[in-house]
Amino acid sequence: MSVTSDGRPPSEVTGPLDSPAAIEAPTPREIRVSRSKQDRVYRGSVRATAIAAFVILFLIGTFLLVKSLPAIDKEGWGTFLTTTAWNPSASPPTFGILAVLYWTVVIAVIALIVGVPVSLCAALFITDYAPLRLRRALIALIDLLAVVPSVIFGLWGLFLLQGNLQGFARFLSAHFNWLPLFKSGGNPEFTNSAFIAGILVGVMIVPIVTSVSREIFSLTPLGEREGAMALGATKASVIRTVVLPFGRGGFIGAVMLGLGRALGETIAVAIIISPSFIITAHLLSPGANSIAALIAREFGQGGKTGAEALLGAGFVLFVFTLIVNFGASYIVNRSRTGASA
Amino acid sequence: MSIATLKQAAQRRALPQPEDSLRRRRPTSLHRADVALLVASAASAVSLVWFVFYQLTLFSGAAGFVIASIAVFLVMYYFANRQVFGKMVAADRVVASLVTLGSVGVVTALALVIGFLYTRGHRLISWHFFTQDQHAVTQTAPASAGGISHAIVGTLEQVGLAVVIGAPAGVATAVFLNEVGGRITAAIRTVITAMSAVPSIVAGLFIYVLLITEFNYGFRGFAGSLALAVLLLPNITRTTEEVLKVVHGSLREASMALGAPEWRTVWSVVLPTARTGIATAVLLGIARIVGETAPLLVTVSSSAYMNVNPFKDPQEALPTFVWQFYQLPLAKDVERAFAAGLVLVGLVLILFVLARLVASIRPGAVHRMVTRLRPSRLEAS
Repeated sequence: MSVTSDGRPPSEVTGPLDSPAAIEAPTPREIRVSRSKQDRVYRGSVRATAIAAFVILFLIGTFLLVKSLPAIDKEGWGTFLTTTAWNPSASPPTFGILAVLYWTVVIAVIALIVGVPVSLCAALFITDYAPLRLRRALIALIDLLAVVPSVIFGLWGLFLLQGNLQGFARFLSAHFNWLPLFKSGGNPEFTNSAFIAGILVGVMIVPIVTSVSREIFSLTPLGEREGAMALGATKASVIRTVVLPFGRGGFIGAVMLGLGRALGETIAVAIIISPSFIITAHLLSPGANSIAALIAREFGQGGKTGAEALLGAGFVLFVFTLIVNFGASYIVNRSRTGASA
Repeated sequence: MSIATLKQAAQRRALPQPEDSLRRRRPTSLHRADVALLVASAASAVSLVWFVFYQLTLFSGAAGFVIASIAVFLVMYYFANRQVFGKMVAADRVVASLVTLGSVGVVTALALVIGFLYTRGHRLISWHFFTQDQHAVTQTAPASAGGISHAIVGTLEQVGLAVVIGAPAGVATAVFLNEVGGRITAAIRTVITAMSAVPSIVAGLFIYVLLITEFNYGFRGFAGSLALAVLLLPNITRTTEEVLKVVHGSLREASMALGAPEWRTVWSVVLPTARTGIATAVLLGIARIVGETAPLLVTVSSSAYMNVNPFKDPQEALPTFVWQFYQLPLAKDVERAFAAGLVLVGLVLILFVLARLVASIRPGAVHRMVTRLRPSRLEAS
């Protein structure tokens, strides 16, 4: 713009929108899209598929709820959620999932205690320490670990891990039994426990936690990283002062994704534990449970009432994992867009 | 090597030597003193743990030994480095070794899983293990009697049908999210994320309730396929969407500018461009559902007989075979479970490697290969 509308030289202009003429911009032509019939069919069918996914998720929740209602109404939701006895084939049938829920959470927490530090280390090694070739190989190996079937992990846990962990469990119970967690509860055996199941599930959640947090850590702004290095920071201080604060939100999200996996893990837990419907603090002794493992083990037993009770348990698990995962994806997405969590 | 000599070595390194300016500087290179410190800490940690735990306390099992050794090593390594080089270097080195040990641990776990499965299962792998089923096997027959052909057929059919249903739906949903969109995009994306988190047993229960109790459909392979498809769909959608995002917008615009309708643009430009990415997504999705056990337990049940029809009567599958046979009291049945597990992991590995190979195909390579195979067409053009 060399000359303004009233002829003043441009150097005196304070703003180009000063004059009323500039404000009155012509209204843009309305753009109408007319799609061909084929395009409408294409759009419609693709949209229908997407909506089908929506419907399926909705149906999963409603079907499990509706079909479990006959049994749970008889028992009462309060009793279902707050009692521990599980005996649907008795008369009158009793079933409460409090103990099962308790053990589900205990196993998931042990899994997090084991799996999260390892995942954090592996993710940091991949983003900050490994040379490029090793980095690629490690990413591939961790992806491979993610597709190993859980029944295989279960066999491994039962036939190899359990034998090797027993000595450790015995040691804990012998020397740290002032903690109620490590008391043996009078049982000389240390097999089939929440401890072993938790450690196994901890190994199983490593791939998901590692790959999500690796992705988050690799988004650390290069400038801040280099700035820290230019100030003389060692690698460890770069991680402490730049990478971890930047990736904290995403890492928490990754941990929650791992928690979701751990809560829903079925077969590996079912293989390790010997089912228990009592709430105790003895992590090392035989006897634990989880909702998913309960369904896998008890399915087909206890007749109609038993099936309905299991559907109710499945519904509780469904709601539980949905909440955890929505929280996780919310946090991950927020930290991906750069907002601090 | 005493701490005094180590200190001397460190000081010698810190002092600028006259020829230093000419020598190439390697900021991360390892010096002999560092290696000595590392080896010494590791050796003393292992010996201390061995002495304390095996000689003085109730301790057995390799896992506990390794865990305790690593913990003691890290503490020793920190204090040794602190003595010689100071706090900052010590913290840096401990973090480096911790992080390295973490990744070594993950790789070791993977190696142990596959190695253990191989040692327990490979003896039974033979030709007839793949060609016979279990129906004629008696309790007294040797472990090598019978095979898992019925389970392999079941798995291939169930997973095949799941892919036929789930993969197109998954890709179509990704196309909707990335190419069409609308007001419901955000909601659908959330639902897909939520669906990918549904525990597999819940997906199985859903199909059980819907088909088997509601419509009295009965246990059969196809019910399992549907449950697997529910698990496969969100998986494929999420990866495919990432792939479609990478397709350059100018390609779409070029197609539109040439007058192609939307569906033509997607079908002939976007999807072919993303072909290898989508194939990788599908293969990885399959690798993930092949080993699913829980949904099959509640939808397919199992059978010792060969049943080639997935639409009628229960079928066996590899994961359910493993699940059943490890629980049997006889050692030979457990051995069969391990052998079947080995076959299952082999299948997963093949799919995984295929996915990697497909992912590494460079853009345009498929086209070049096709034109090379059909030279007549090339000459004509």
